[in-house]
Amino acid sequence: MGVTSIFIANRGEIAVRVIRAARELGLRTVQAVSAADGDMLAARLADATALVGPAHATKSYLNKEAVVRAALEAGCDAVHPGYGFLSENAEFAEMVEAAGLVFIGPKPETIRQMGDKARARQEAQAAGVPTVPGTEGVVADLDTARVEAARIGYPVMIKAAAGGGGRGIRVARDEAELATLFPQASGEARAAFGDGGLYLERFIGRARHIEVQVLGDGERAVHLFERECSLQRRRQKVWEEAPAACLTNEQRAELCASAVRLAERVGYRGAGTLEYLFDDVTGEFFFIEMNTRIQVEHPVTEMVTGIDLVRAMIRIAMGEPLALRQEDIVLRGHAVEARICAEDPTADFRPSPGTVTGLTLPGGFGVRFDTLLYAGYTVPPFYDSLLGKLIAHDETRAAAIVRLDRALGELKVEGLPTTAPLHRALAADPAVLAGAVHTRWLEEWLAATPLVAPVSPVPATSA
Amino acid sequence: MAKTIQAPLPGTFYRSSAPGEPPFKSEGDAVAVGDTIGLIEVMKSFTPVVAEEAGTLLAFHVENEDAVMAGQPLYDLDA
Repeated sequence: MGVTSIFIANRGEIAVRVIRAARELGLRTVQAVSAADGDMLAARLADATALVGPAHATKSYLNKEAVVRAALEAGCDAVHPGYGFLSENAEFAEMVEAAGLVFIGPKPETIRQMGDKARARQEAQAAGVPTVPGTEGVVADLDTARVEAARIGYPVMIKAAAGGGGRGIRVARDEAELATLFPQASGEARAAFGDGGLYLERFIGRARHIEVQVLGDGERAVHLFERECSLQRRRQKVWEEAPAACLTNEQRAELCASAVRLAERVGYRGAGTLEYLFDDVTGEFFFIEMNTRIQVEHPVTEMVTGIDLVRAMIRIAMGEPLALRQEDIVLRGHAVEARICAEDPTADFRPSPGTVTGLTLPGGFGVRFDTLLYAGYTVPPFYDSLLGKLIAHDETRAAAIVRLDRALGELKVEGLPTTAPLHRALAADPAVLAGAVHTRWLEEWLAATPLVAPVSPVPATSA
Repeated sequence: MAKTIQAPLPGTFYRSSAPGEPPFKSEGDAVAVGDTIGLIEVMKSFTPVVAEEAGTLLAFHVENEDAVMAGQPLYDLDA
């Protein structure tokens, strides 16, 4: 199908990223904007903008009918959903295709299949991919849950089949807790997702979060190695790296091959990520879920492979077969990404929208800053706090962290606090430098090492 | 005497704790100091709007899920 014009159904830094890739492919871009986003960077960079609704995301970026209508009215022939918002909404992907537009992402049935965690797990097992010990599918009732939990072994996690982003997850340490939490979780899941289905799996307390990037054209798939994203706060990734330094070459080869098997089994089309828990004591890895979209942290993979993932996913959507052979994809060096958010790390990460009164961007060899910022921009309070991603690439992990710290020192965002000071502290921490972290490490570290606000210089007074 | 209470923060204003839940306060309701009038969502983080003065809630200036700026009129109170 011929694609000449892409509608960007997202906002912020990822919209900027997609516009840049589309422009390099010679494609026109039309940027969706809410009433609050007319002056965002993506709106300034795109060839045109289209209003999709009021500030509140449910009435604009999450309004499927309004987005499809705006894409058609703007004369576009493809829709890029970015991440978040409607990117993993199978019904939206179907509506886009039914309107005669190309959805830049997987087939709607793949989104639905991999978005249902119980079905994704069955597919993984069928592809010979290890999964966390747990129930096969949804647990009918508490009595079944008791029997299953005893088999799996406590502590067990109770997860909503339709949940995501850490929502709807509880941990039961014993049978008594299970009896209390199971009915609560079912009711909450029904209220939040319209589906009370729950499943159980073993809770792995000290795990690393490792994920494999794949690209597929619907038939063949390749991997672009893995990322480690163990530094998290409230289940949100804060700092990401590629590759995962904790893996041996044998573990890496086994992990990445398993991801390709699953991607090919489901006929995956586009860019996707398979998330795993890795136990570095036993060396075991377990598939947990697949994200059927481009991810926030995709740049670290781009830096170590030299492959433009957003351009690749657009080309695949345009009907081109996968141009890459596995043997052409080579790891080169190490990349680290720091998520710079409009939050005050010295005040319990309080959100801090506001006007950027001054901006100094970092630069130099091996430094990349994917951002929505420009001097004079007012960061609206209505959306995610991500301002940008600062990425440093170098020959080794140690050098990449030094380079990241150097770049963080150059970054100056005036007018609002950001999480940059947290990243400078992390870049100097012995455990981070040693890579000795797990998914709960950052929260424990923050509790033990509260960041303090810099003392404001006392203005000189003249008597 | 009627007075207008302003939004303390910019963000999205909600009149109930969750979709489908009854509103915290309706027009004509009595308001005590410390009562929650609504929520303001700033970048996915929710802050309650708490009454600092008692009285009768006369009218809201904004609808549920409306965007509000800091200092924008939220509701009128007959104190």
